[in-house]
Amino acid sequence: MASPNLGIREHSHGGEDVPISRLDVHGSFESASFPVPNGREEEWRFTPLRRLRGLHQGREIADGVVTVEVSGPDEAVVERVGRDDSRLGASFLPNDRVSALAWESFTDFNPATVVTVPKDTELAETVFVKITGTEYGDAYGHTVVRAEPHSAATVVLEYAGSAVYADNVEFVVEDGASLTVISLQDWNDDAVQVSHHYATVNRDARFRSFVITLGGDLVRLSPSVRYKGTGGDAELHGLYFTGKAQHHEHRSLIDHNESNTRSRVEYKGALSGEDAHAVWIGDVIIGEGTTGTDSYEHNRNLVLTDGTRVDSVPNLEIFTGEVEGAGHASASGRLDDIHLFYLQSRGVPADEARRLVIRGYFQELIGRIEVPELRDRIMDEVEEKLARHE
Amino acid sequence: MTKFEIRGVRADVLIGAEERQEILKGVDLTINSGETHAIMGPNGSGKSTLAYAIAGHPRYEITDGEVLLDGENVLEMSVDERARAGLFLAMQYPVEVPGVSMSNFLRSSVTAVRGEAPKLRTFSKELQEAMGNLSIDSSFASRGVNEGFSGGEKKRHEILQLELLKPRMAILDETDSGLDVDALKVVSAGINRARESGEVGVMLITHYTRILNYVQADHVHVFAGGRIAASGGPELADTLESEGYERFAKAAAK
Repeated sequence: MASPNLGIREHSHGGEDVPISRLDVHGSFESASFPVPNGREEEWRFTPLRRLRGLHQGREIADGVVTVEVSGPDEAVVERVGRDDSRLGASFLPNDRVSALAWESFTDFNPATVVTVPKDTELAETVFVKITGTEYGDAYGHTVVRAEPHSAATVVLEYAGSAVYADNVEFVVEDGASLTVISLQDWNDDAVQVSHHYATVNRDARFRSFVITLGGDLVRLSPSVRYKGTGGDAELHGLYFTGKAQHHEHRSLIDHNESNTRSRVEYKGALSGEDAHAVWIGDVIIGEGTTGTDSYEHNRNLVLTDGTRVDSVPNLEIFTGEVEGAGHASASGRLDDIHLFYLQSRGVPADEARRLVIRGYFQELIGRIEVPELRDRIMDEVEEKLARHE
Repeated sequence: MTKFEIRGVRADVLIGAEERQEILKGVDLTINSGETHAIMGPNGSGKSTLAYAIAGHPRYEITDGEVLLDGENVLEMSVDERARAGLFLAMQYPVEVPGVSMSNFLRSSVTAVRGEAPKLRTFSKELQEAMGNLSIDSSFASRGVNEGFSGGEKKRHEILQLELLKPRMAILDETDSGLDVDALKVVSAGINRARESGEVGVMLITHYTRILNYVQADHVHVFAGGRIAASGGPELADTLESEGYERFAKAAAK
């Protein structure tokens, strides 16, 4: 089909046709534009392709069933629309093969979900979009969340059940709006998910994302942010607890293609059990000709047992001399014995001290989520998972 | 009546996987409950090492000697067992433990040391009162353990724990350092409240004599070169105040 977003240039800075950076990939709505990955490509080398169950190839079948339920306050406009709706695909260009396949493959059996927060409206309650795999097999989805100018909302995307699932989620945060998104990957053990979050942050808009990945056999989630106007602010918070034989991969991309924009990326995870594998790739581009960018990204990994593997790769590419701040950090390690010593020196037994420190590690991030019932639920699930490994 | 005895203790600081350095070179000291002993000495003399090594800090290792609390060798106990046996260390640099709330931590700690969980309502009242006595704002209870606290706030919380845990033997490592006069008074009053019962022995480690104006010491020891170089009554502190540590540091170097 024809690309519905001809208004968007294939890459948004530099103004030339050649990529100025290896991070600056071309996009396309056609999966044929991307060769089938063989696992040696930079963007695929950490992903165990055979565990994608064909998602990267495109089997052209959709034998799985995924249901989408949306609940929230009346002020939020929720629609299920077919692929001919002009609002779909208007804010992004798929940046890899699975993203393009997901775009090509979502069907009218599972239409796209569009959530609109009207202009000047602050939602008092949270919007929940619950995506549940009810019959195991290939399934695709598409979601658009649009916060109109000067609106404010919190939207929860919750993935559960069993599926081999790929989707694209567009977040459009218009001028002066504030959108908080919590994406909870809470799949059954056999699920495979490849998701792309495409956020467009307009002038003086604020986007906050919390990506919480606990379940699944393999989850690969790529949140990206680009700015359309100055003064945009994006915070990407991530938390994963990667258990035995799970693969959790998060690949963030922040494209500071406008001046006076801010971003913070903080992903932290814990790994426990044989062949638990966590990957974090944090790409930040500070574009040519921009000024006043303030950017920092950070990844931490808490390694709880032997036999786990962490790949943590921050990439920062700066094409201007006029930067307000730019930095990155990555640290992976075991529990800090000084933390344990302090608690034990107050009489707390070693195993309880360990429990407290591990919970504190999660709590630090979960505490920032402003939806209390979700906070408790996530902590309960972390507890459950910890109990399995303790 | 509690007797705390340090006998011939030698200890190393562990610097790397292979590297270590001997800091304590034979320390002997006996403290009875109701007594306060000030340990004074220049930087690097090993005062803090003594405190950390007794508490079981993972960066230090006692290589010789014994530490007895009423005849029981605390060195054979794990760190938490030492605390439950009645040993307390107020640290010079209290540790930040992100995400663990102060109230949660204190309840776990009090439960462990007292051997049973305090009733929630009684405990929250006790905590509020203890925090009030130390001029700690009640909002600190919901913050992470020492997380983002100023130096003075950390020290107040160490004394808060001293008051809640009611140890038999308290080692206070430079609790006065970095405090302004007002904070020093508040913290000293806390130490004195803990001493009132007469059932706690106190080892007050300090670099300066000023805290001794608020917390009376029965005995003063000068620490130099990894051992006690001189012992005396409160008057020894006055001598140190006027003459400094130089004489002892030189003697220890020989």
